[in-house]
Amino acid sequence: MIWKDTTYTGWGRALAAKGGLARPERQAALASLLADGLLPAIGNRRSYGDAALNTDGRAIDMTRLDRFLSFDTESGVLEVEAGAMIGDIAQRFAPLGWLPAVMPGTGFATVGGCIAQDVHGKNHHHMGSFCQHVISIRIRTHKGVQEAGPEKNADLFRATAGGLGQTGVILYAKLQLIPCKGDVMVVTERRIAGWEDFLAHLDRSEATYTVGWIDATATGASLGRGILEEGETGAGLVPKRIRYRKVPFEAPHFALSAPIVRAFNQLYYRRVPASGRTVVKPISDFFFPLDKIHDWNRLYGKRGFHQFQCVVPIASAPALREMMEKIATSGLASPLAVLKRMGPGRAGHLSFPMEGYTLAVDFPNRAEARELIGRLEGMTVSAGGRLYFAKDALAGPESMAAMYPELSQWRKQVTKADPEGRLATDMVRRLKLRDEA
Amino acid sequence: MTKTANQTWIILGATSSMARAFARKQAAEGAAVLLAGRDMDDLKLLAEDCRLRGARLAEALAFDARRPEGFDALVARMEAEDGLLNAAVFVGSMPPQAEIDADPSLIDGTITDSFTGPARFLQLLAPRMEARGGGTVVGVGSVAGDRGRLGNYVYGAAKAGFHTYLSGLRNRLTRAGGHVVTVKPGFVDTSMTWGLPGMFLVAAPEKVADDIARAVRKRRNVIYTPFFWRFIMLIIIHVPEMIFKKMKI
Repeated sequence: MIWKDTTYTGWGRALAAKGGLARPERQAALASLLADGLLPAIGNRRSYGDAALNTDGRAIDMTRLDRFLSFDTESGVLEVEAGAMIGDIAQRFAPLGWLPAVMPGTGFATVGGCIAQDVHGKNHHHMGSFCQHVISIRIRTHKGVQEAGPEKNADLFRATAGGLGQTGVILYAKLQLIPCKGDVMVVTERRIAGWEDFLAHLDRSEATYTVGWIDATATGASLGRGILEEGETGAGLVPKRIRYRKVPFEAPHFALSAPIVRAFNQLYYRRVPASGRTVVKPISDFFFPLDKIHDWNRLYGKRGFHQFQCVVPIASAPALREMMEKIATSGLASPLAVLKRMGPGRAGHLSFPMEGYTLAVDFPNRAEARELIGRLEGMTVSAGGRLYFAKDALAGPESMAAMYPELSQWRKQVTKADPEGRLATDMVRRLKLRDEA
Repeated sequence: MTKTANQTWIILGATSSMARAFARKQAAEGAAVLLAGRDMDDLKLLAEDCRLRGARLAEALAFDARRPEGFDALVARMEAEDGLLNAAVFVGSMPPQAEIDADPSLIDGTITDSFTGPARFLQLLAPRMEARGGGTVVGVGSVAGDRGRLGNYVYGAAKAGFHTYLSGLRNRLTRAGGHVVTVKPGFVDTSMTWGLPGMFLVAAPEKVADDIARAVRKRRNVIYTPFFWRFIMLIIIHVPEMIFKKMKI
């Protein structure tokens, strides 16, 4: 059958959509699906909220259009179908000395999804965002198949980079890969005692890849303690083979209750010796640490979970600290919390990054957590920061124009590319992103 | 056994997702893959993909189970490669039983696609494999071929015929050092099963491709994939006919 009527969710599983999904395996099949008009395209649904949901409508699952089309061993330019997964590209090309320039936290993200969210990675402070390394795309808009890039059809490209799939169906993308030394990572891990120390270390870090795990349950003098990880690619050292595991059932909700999370974080923090250590890991272990456990989102039980992620300008560091305090004293946070320094690099009107600090914390889907996230959203706006569309499931439309000042330019391009509004998703409707102000 | 890198695989019905996963596995080992099917535009993309994943050679070739006049050219193309010749057959068609009931002439096409077409091709290839003293044939059948059921008994009959053909071919090729693996997949997550009601324990095509590759390596004769279908089918086969005929499964 072409259309499957089903209920599907974002990665957080807190929001769901009922609707028809088609999953073409050949370009000809995709073309015939789009013959009567555009439809939203979705990838592996690694966005947490409703960016890839279309309630009571239809959507096209692009994951089977995942082929590598050409690679230039001299320049490192790779062309792929939009459903190709980042982890698949890394796994194939790292042994040849090339990596995607920017990799998000999961290897299951598709190239189309990475473009639609203009994702960032642990090297954002050096390399900028994903779409800054996209040489060109072929995208099917209302006008047919168009090529777009930073120079050709630049307006369309700026609206497509981070544009939540609203300009069309991305068919192919040409990516500039970057040279790497090999397919392992040499990672230095060190304990960081508290918040101010963490920011200072992040500012100073000269490593190619830098990320901080933060103990979001630590309060008082230990507020903001965590582990700083700095990584470089390496070669010649053979790491252990990874074994993939599955979560066989949905965990009961007390699995991530406050005492358990506190105990886990304590152990996780102490796992790294006080003097720090250097370890060698497979590339995928460093970049996609959670991919080893398939379906780890089931650990949060049936109700699902939310991730709050914001970025604030450097000058707003004190405001971010206040947010951290709120989170830490709430006792609601899960072990998954990340702090990173961001550079200014972004490629599209709705790209998330800005120069500053980004904080991401997971919460189980409970009323208290939703309320806390609402307050954090307000603090983000007052701090001059913004929320990440790849994570958000709860925000309202009011603060969008403040967070994303280029929203009206984006709308103009989107209206040109999809005048009938056929590509709107649950997220776009919830945040009224396409409604004229 | 000769290393995969020296081998040539022809993959019939290469546009299917199971075939794609299998072709990629062979490509990653450095084999030559000849990708045969009807959608040449798609096969060219797949050939490029296989080359970039490590295939020594990857080529798109036209194959239509209903046009046997093209088979000689395919076999000739295979013979141009050195080393052992191997074939994996993923072709087949499964029109809904209701459509067949309305138009019984669909039976001919179903049986040609799923059984007699590939059998005619393999019949041409077999002497060439014998001449080279080995090689493997992978024939993808179906659990539907183990017992005729209300829902798809024409497709099931075609696959049952194919199973029997493969068994005989195995008997023949074994004498010349060759081998035949009969693969009986259960529910696999392909475009054929997408959105069908009543699917359960659906396997990813990559999982099926892994199972097939292992079966080739270990020279297994008949495999079910995923493995538990062997037990499901064992039960289904042994339900007495007087009960089975009243069941709707």
